[in-house]
Amino acid sequence: MNTFMLSVRALWWRELVKFVRDRARLLGALAQPLVFWLLLGLGFHRSIQLTGPATPGSYLAYLLPGMMALTMLFTAIFSTMALIEERRSGLLQALLVAPVARTALVLGYGLGSATLAFFEALLLLGLLPFVNGAQLTPTGLIQVLAVSLLAGLAFALLGLVVAWRSVSTRGYHAIMNVVLLPLWALSGAVFPIEGAAPVLQLLMRLNPVTYIVSALRQGLFGSDAAGAVGSPAGCLFITGLLTLALLFSAVHTVRRPLSRSTF
Amino acid sequence: MSEAAVTLTAVTFRYGSHVALHNLSLEVPTGSCFGLLGPNGSGKTTLMRLLATLLPPTHGHLRVCGFDTVREADAVRRCLGIVFQHPALDGDLTVEENLRLHGAFYGLRGPELTQRIEELLERLGLSDQKRTLVKRLSGGQQRRVDLARGLLHRPKLLLLDEPTTGLDPLARHGFWQLLHLLRQTVTLIVATHLLEEAERCDTVALLDAGRLVALGAPKALTSTLGDELLCLETPVPETLAQALQTHFGLEAHVIGNSVRVATPHAHALLPRLYESLGDRLQSATIRHPTLEDVFLAYTGHPLQATSPLPFAEAP
Repeated sequence: MNTFMLSVRALWWRELVKFVRDRARLLGALAQPLVFWLLLGLGFHRSIQLTGPATPGSYLAYLLPGMMALTMLFTAIFSTMALIEERRSGLLQALLVAPVARTALVLGYGLGSATLAFFEALLLLGLLPFVNGAQLTPTGLIQVLAVSLLAGLAFALLGLVVAWRSVSTRGYHAIMNVVLLPLWALSGAVFPIEGAAPVLQLLMRLNPVTYIVSALRQGLFGSDAAGAVGSPAGCLFITGLLTLALLFSAVHTVRRPLSRSTF
Repeated sequence: MSEAAVTLTAVTFRYGSHVALHNLSLEVPTGSCFGLLGPNGSGKTTLMRLLATLLPPTHGHLRVCGFDTVREADAVRRCLGIVFQHPALDGDLTVEENLRLHGAFYGLRGPELTQRIEELLERLGLSDQKRTLVKRLSGGQQRRVDLARGLLHRPKLLLLDEPTTGLDPLARHGFWQLLHLLRQTVTLIVATHLLEEAERCDTVALLDAGRLVALGAPKALTSTLGDELLCLETPVPETLAQALQTHFGLEAHVIGNSVRVATPHAHALLPRLYESLGDRLQSATIRHPTLEDVFLAYTGHPLQATSPLPFAEAP
């Protein structure tokens, strides 16, 4: 194994060790979406009636794929936020002056976060028996896990791109809140695209997160589930394309020389 | 061992319009301990970044271990160890985990890595802390772990950027004792704004606003000011300096409420001084000149700002 692969593996392993060691983070990443899920799901229990073919049994069931995406998003934000400080006064300083390409950092952080997303998705699948309408087939399961890996990677790479360009943790938070939460809210996670106003429908179709949530939804509830956008293969394809684009963007970002203010 | 560890040839660096380093040329001999002394913002950290291949020079060339920092960055990185102002450690990992992670960045693995870690921890007196989380260690211990990290890949040259920031005097002393033990195996370049650290080096470069103002052994530099330095405390420093100039023909430097005069005849001067200007003196001291006095003599302003400037933190 060469220096590059050793570095990627070491950074990946660090993400996992830190996640397991930090109980608060472990709980936070799972508890927050769970609380959201229960509050929204049970709160709108009777107010929201979903219509159409293959409607999941309840709003609680409808929300589940979106909550999986939100969990991954939080995990990625946590993982990449540390990068801002570490670059200036932590471990990353050492990596930046080591004889290893900075791409190792992209893959190490990205794969670490993707692995965590993968296990969180597995854990959230444990909620399936509590909602009606789920029809998890082996193909569906594979699709959910594949999307979790890809989306976990994509969110981590996005976080990395923003974190690398941020000078402070506060700035990073501001950008992530302004960009990511609307992207998630407009992804069909909380309301299906068919019932939305035409303007929103257009925005939702342009939003790549829509296809991530849709791919998860189709994996859990079948390819014609309410709120699904396009075919499962199409959704998977767009998710993969997004991940690839963010990978290029992240590699490009970290390769740029550091400016005075960022380290 | 014939080639210098570091050679700078007319190095200039600009951040936008701000000139951080101005036409710097110097050599660091292999096996020496080289100090970079200057106030915050004098260019020490910028020079460290250029040496570490993090930034390319705007003009000029830097050679580290015989390699060009721009064209042969990877070779430079392999021969270079760096101890930063803040330890480059992950507080949530143990001492050993941190060192293993760092080893991976240099392609080290398996029994060889394990053995190196054991050796270094033993040498730096950290064997008992191997499985302790770094955040649970004291500041001094963290510094030692960071030193172990910087030495793990056996660099030929170790850069230390303000390595004792935040340490109390005792821990600082301990850290320097370790550095002295290392001297046989590795060339050291230490950037510092602390006088007592610079005076421990073989050679010191005094930097001010990106310019090299003096270069030499600490003893040689201070002896240019003579053996004795007269320090006078007074409520009216400007008036006193003026009086010294007119009555005795002496050049005096004002720092806050004190006036300093470099003169070889301080002992003979002192009684005459009290006779004519005694009413303006609070105290008078005769001592050997320090590097700070050298800095003052060359630049006209003190090494440490007497009153802290707002937002004076170095970038």
